[in-house]
Amino acid sequence: MSNVKDMIAKRAAEEIKPNSIVNLGIGIPTLVADYLNDDHFDLHTENGLLGVSAVREDDIDPLRVNAGKLPVGEAVGAAYFHSADSFAMIRGGHVDAAILGALQVDSKGRVANWAIPGKDIIGVGGAMDLLVGAKKIIITTRHVSKDGSPKLVGECTYPITSTRIADTIITDLAVFQWNGEKYVLTELMGDASLEEVVNNTTLDFEVGVNVGEG
Amino acid sequence: MTNELICTAKEAVYHIDDGACIMVGGFGLIGAPLTLIDALTKSDLYDLTVISNNVGEAGKGLGMLLRQGKLNKAIGSYFTSNREVAKAYHQGQIDLELLPQGTFSEAIRAGGAGIGGFYTKTAVGTELAYGKETKVIDGEEYLFEKALTADVALIRAKKADRKGNLVYYKTARNFNPMMATAARTVIAEVDEIVEVGELLPEEIVTPHLYVDQVVQSELVLTKDGVKSVV
Repeated sequence: MSNVKDMIAKRAAEEIKPNSIVNLGIGIPTLVADYLNDDHFDLHTENGLLGVSAVREDDIDPLRVNAGKLPVGEAVGAAYFHSADSFAMIRGGHVDAAILGALQVDSKGRVANWAIPGKDIIGVGGAMDLLVGAKKIIITTRHVSKDGSPKLVGECTYPITSTRIADTIITDLAVFQWNGEKYVLTELMGDASLEEVVNNTTLDFEVGVNVGEG
Repeated sequence: MTNELICTAKEAVYHIDDGACIMVGGFGLIGAPLTLIDALTKSDLYDLTVISNNVGEAGKGLGMLLRQGKLNKAIGSYFTSNREVAKAYHQGQIDLELLPQGTFSEAIRAGGAGIGGFYTKTAVGTELAYGKETKVIDGEEYLFEKALTADVALIRAKKADRKGNLVYYKTARNFNPMMATAARTVIAEVDEIVEVGELLPEEIVTPHLYVDQVVQSELVLTKDGVKSVV
């Protein structure tokens, strides 16, 4: 595995059931496309395309982009639509999974991924709609922030994006699944130890059976 | 009517008033009516409110109007793509109203459809819900969002016929079809003007009754940035 971002993306791809409609956020989520079998899923981008595919250099069209404004390809069977229809698909529960990045996730399952107090970020885009509307929410993120502080916290200190609970969290150290009441650590990633996860996490979680043994 | 429909960008923006509320299509510069925006930069209009997903990019598209100090207020979902917006906001030069992108697009669709507002779960419990009415429907909390309408909509399409029927191109469609329905005057900039009958009735996305003026585009977004095509 070339780096931790790819490791996280590859693991996130395993969460996607065949024949799903999937929306990918910016950053690590975008990499998930590399690990999904084209025949078994359709990628949705909120700026108005169902059927996003990889694009060859010689086929780049500046008017065919994803929500990160990066050029994308058009899969066979793709469809275009306007933004109101696109978000109706999201809020209406027609998108099976959204894979999103996060600044923080807390013990209540709340995600913060749109604003940092004191920074000049005045934009929310489709983050709040995706968190409310997608049937399954998978968060992919580095386990700790650049300064080493936990991103999985007791309570978000950044403004939350939604009160909707994120179903799955995948980091470079661990996988957590929401069990209806709290997060359960279900897997350790790579060479991570249980101790390493505990030391870098302030989010309340329980350790799943067989995790961290041996 | 056919002759009155098609005009230049300068003629099209001539009837816009100071202080007008203008919807502008585009996801950043993608699908933005660049020729019409350029005409606004050359006008003496001030105190404009723009309803657009972004305020262009730094110095580009609506970003040029911001630099010129022509904008009083912007309503959109993502101003981060132009760092000058936050700066102007902190200096008190522009008022901003931030909406989730789905709420933003639905508010425009509602405005065009004669609906006063709608309830959505998006943003419930967040900072963007402050001051907004909530309502519990079937046990779940929703937020009331008012519809958006404007005096003028500046939109971009791929083709228009001489009646004003419009078709769009790939993800350049974005907010344009809703905006075509939600303003008193709708001005469409297009790459190509064709004869009536050349567009298949089934492929028309914006029927002509919404469109007041059609302008031939002179500026297009290419891989190497915005280029003039005249």
